[in-house]
Amino acid sequence: MTALSKIRNFAIIAHIDHGKSTLADRLIQNCGGVELREMKEQMLDNMDIERERGITIKSQTVRLTYKAKDGETYQLNLMDTPGHVDFAYEVSRSLAACEGSILVVDASQGVEAQTLANVYQALDNNHEVIPVLNKIDLPAAEPERIKQQIEDVIGLDASDAVLISAKTGLGINDVLEAIVTRLPAPKGDAAAPLTALLVDSWYDSYLGVVILVRVVDGTIRKGQKIRFMATGAVRDVDRVGIFTPKKVEMDELGPGEVGFITAGIKQISDTKVGDTLTDDRKPAEKALAGFKPSIPVVFCGLFPVDANDFEHLRESLGKLALNDASFQFEAESSVALGFGFRCGFLGLLHLEIIQERLEREFNLNLITTAPSVIYHIYKTDGTLVHLHNPVDMPDPVRIDHMQEPWIKATIMTPDEYLGGILTLCNERRGEQIELTYVGNRAMAIYRLPLNEVVFDFYDRLKSISRGYASFDYVLDEYREGDLVLMNILVNTEAVDALACIVNRAAAEKRGRMLCERLKELIPKQLFKIAIQAAIGGRVIARETISAMRKDVTAKCYGGDISRKRKLLDKQKEGKKRMRQFGNVEIPQSAFIAALKMDDR
Amino acid sequence: MTPLSVYIHWPFCVSKCPYCDFNSRVLPSALEEGAWQEAYINELSHYAARLPDREIATIYFGGGTPSLMQPQTVATLLDKMVALWRVQQNCEITLEANPSSSEIGKFQAFKSAGVNRLSLGVQALNDASLRFLGRAHDAQEAREAIKAAAKTFDRFSFDLIYGRVGQTPAAWEAELGEALTFGSKHMSLYQLTIEEGTSFHKRAANETLTAPDDASAQMYEATQEIMAMAGLPAYEISNHAAAGQESRHNLTYWHYGDYIGIGAGAHGRFVEGNQRYATENHRNPDAWRQQVVAGGHGRAKETILDQETAMREALMMGLRLVTGIDKAAWHRKFALPLKDYVPQHKVSRLVHEGLLVKDAATLRASPKGLETLNAVLAFLLS
Repeated sequence: MTALSKIRNFAIIAHIDHGKSTLADRLIQNCGGVELREMKEQMLDNMDIERERGITIKSQTVRLTYKAKDGETYQLNLMDTPGHVDFAYEVSRSLAACEGSILVVDASQGVEAQTLANVYQALDNNHEVIPVLNKIDLPAAEPERIKQQIEDVIGLDASDAVLISAKTGLGINDVLEAIVTRLPAPKGDAAAPLTALLVDSWYDSYLGVVILVRVVDGTIRKGQKIRFMATGAVRDVDRVGIFTPKKVEMDELGPGEVGFITAGIKQISDTKVGDTLTDDRKPAEKALAGFKPSIPVVFCGLFPVDANDFEHLRESLGKLALNDASFQFEAESSVALGFGFRCGFLGLLHLEIIQERLEREFNLNLITTAPSVIYHIYKTDGTLVHLHNPVDMPDPVRIDHMQEPWIKATIMTPDEYLGGILTLCNERRGEQIELTYVGNRAMAIYRLPLNEVVFDFYDRLKSISRGYASFDYVLDEYREGDLVLMNILVNTEAVDALACIVNRAAAEKRGRMLCERLKELIPKQLFKIAIQAAIGGRVIARETISAMRKDVTAKCYGGDISRKRKLLDKQKEGKKRMRQFGNVEIPQSAFIAALKMDDR
Repeated sequence: MTPLSVYIHWPFCVSKCPYCDFNSRVLPSALEEGAWQEAYINELSHYAARLPDREIATIYFGGGTPSLMQPQTVATLLDKMVALWRVQQNCEITLEANPSSSEIGKFQAFKSAGVNRLSLGVQALNDASLRFLGRAHDAQEAREAIKAAAKTFDRFSFDLIYGRVGQTPAAWEAELGEALTFGSKHMSLYQLTIEEGTSFHKRAANETLTAPDDASAQMYEATQEIMAMAGLPAYEISNHAAAGQESRHNLTYWHYGDYIGIGAGAHGRFVEGNQRYATENHRNPDAWRQQVVAGGHGRAKETILDQETAMREALMMGLRLVTGIDKAAWHRKFALPLKDYVPQHKVSRLVHEGLLVKDAATLRASPKGLETLNAVLAFLLS
């Protein structure tokens, strides 16, 4: 067991691409965590998708052994955290398990919106924060300006920020020294009853459920009978260990230490993140403060393109959910798209990542319906309905009023793009709370309805700012809204997959756009097709696809009969992919394309 | 007994045209025509043994380029058929010919051999288009060939291909106007179609070879109008004739009558006993001939068509005709009324939309329905 004074627990906070994973790699390397030949980039990002996108999705932890200049050997526990808002809950857990943070800022780009949110979280957790300026080897680096920016925007003293280049290895030892000298040691009592925070859990195909813990008081050891205070479950500890980042088994973990245990648990749903582990024979009186559970805020339908893949999709979703308790799904069926699942996500990136993992790791070809948020519907009979799917919208006469979620969004941008961004926010019913300038960068804080953001806000923001603006949000409150269900009708039949809930004022524009788009997407047919957008019985937009003019085989003689008949038979097969709408058959591909549309 | 039509396929051409997906090969320099004649005779004899009591109503030499055959070979085959079957007095005997000067010289000999109808592969009346279509002749030869055919044969027809890239409706109408001056009572006017397995198909991946959809529809519609005014209305989607001058052989296909296929790649459809057969010969000419020598026929495949498949084919072919499907004839052929096969609610919908016309005796496509026949059939049969 390591003395508390020789332990430092820290997290790394950074905006995407500012070099968090590279810094983590260097720290591991400098402390000899892995042999040089074993070193690969982004050591802690295990998933292919994390490596490819350069992002961290799951928190990781690694114990480093560092011999400091004072001659002492320290145990450094690094908690790698995701940078994206969707995974804020992962960040909050990691932060709760440490006493300090390293804030990595790109020395030319400066502070971004996500960084800000995470720093504030760290400060809320009473963390000591060490600013680190990365990429100072680049010609564009302006460390002095960025230091000033950190002070102005975050209010953090950056005068003794550590200047590094994670890429070249410059300044890495200064970071390690700063961790030892500037971050506080954890507090704890080895003699007190065991309290350990359940930071995270995941499913491992060899070990079953692995639980990441931070010991606060007491000791957790192999063979110990432990109790999960929230769930009341009692288990024997099978294994205790740490990551270096290689898995190393130990006999015990003492106060202040971070590591993993296994305890014969089969499903992660049996563990509750934020729970407190204690000794069953000598239980602690009080549990540690836990976390707010993470709840999905964005919903969409996932449908297999090939209906035969439905069961495969169900199994695959189940496998992903094994390791992602924040992800929810339930079966649904659609006239336009067949059988699929309604799924809940923490945000759009979470949605995109799950979708991509399903397609890549499980070889599924998917259709994703337009993302939607949870509406609160107060019915005239006094009941409250949480609406996840527009098609479940109750009859308007039974609705007293509706509420929609609003967010508080922080946008940071070079000031040349500010005008376009403010226009975008205003178009999306945004309310400005604050607008500040720091040097040539602006920070806008807005309240925005989430349903305006899930549509295509990120894409628009990126295109307006040429990728330079960064965006972050927290859920703010539910507010009453003038919301209506808009249906898209093909030959007077509603296409469920295209139904959406929109603000009444924006309905007509959205409806017109969808109709025009479908007109482009649906091939001409034998009969003319009417496409309408309607609110209740009222049509607000309409397009007509005229009947096809010509489709005939010029030559057909004796020898051709077999071939032409086979072509016709093949066409008949193809019709299985068509969906029938009031006498019109529409290729499923048209719906898929309509769902991919954006708002330009 | 249902009369029988005979299709004889001569698979050789001087060169392969880039749009053509018919079974044809470049003529080998040393072709033992006698040996091939022997094979044709063998296969004819084989079918005569299977279908002895039938009357021959039409004979058609297609290809490939059958005008490359020696007229003597044609004469021998026709004599053989007369020996094997009862050939009707007014039997229509068509031969496809290329408008080259060497072949023009053989027209009279073909007539003497018994051919009474010539079908010329003219395809275009200007040199640029003929080059684009990969034809071996030029426009001048084409005109001379048409004139020679008119002089030699009472009945002759020629083919033109339109809807080529760059061709305007006005240019096509002018070309068609010239075509009508030759006095033919039959013309086959095809829209250029890019067929799989042709060299145009490969090229079409990177370049446009056909006229845009709108222009193509406009040319099709103009064609129908011009030909009707000239007294040669369409009787089938791409075939136009003065009254009584229709190709009876081709009508056999569209009426879903009985025909046998002789030669490499030829297909047949006929009733024998209580079964309806579909036959398909080896496409490779040498493979076909070897098998005929060994076993009397060159079939690669023979299937018994079930009633449902046969009716699907009959509907697909019959609706190509302007006169459509004769309900009584259908009932006789399949022992089932047409209305029991074609879903009536779909027919009503198509009639309502102006795509089909239904009267007491026939079911047929309207001009609009003919122009969209693929989609009409897909709707009816799905």
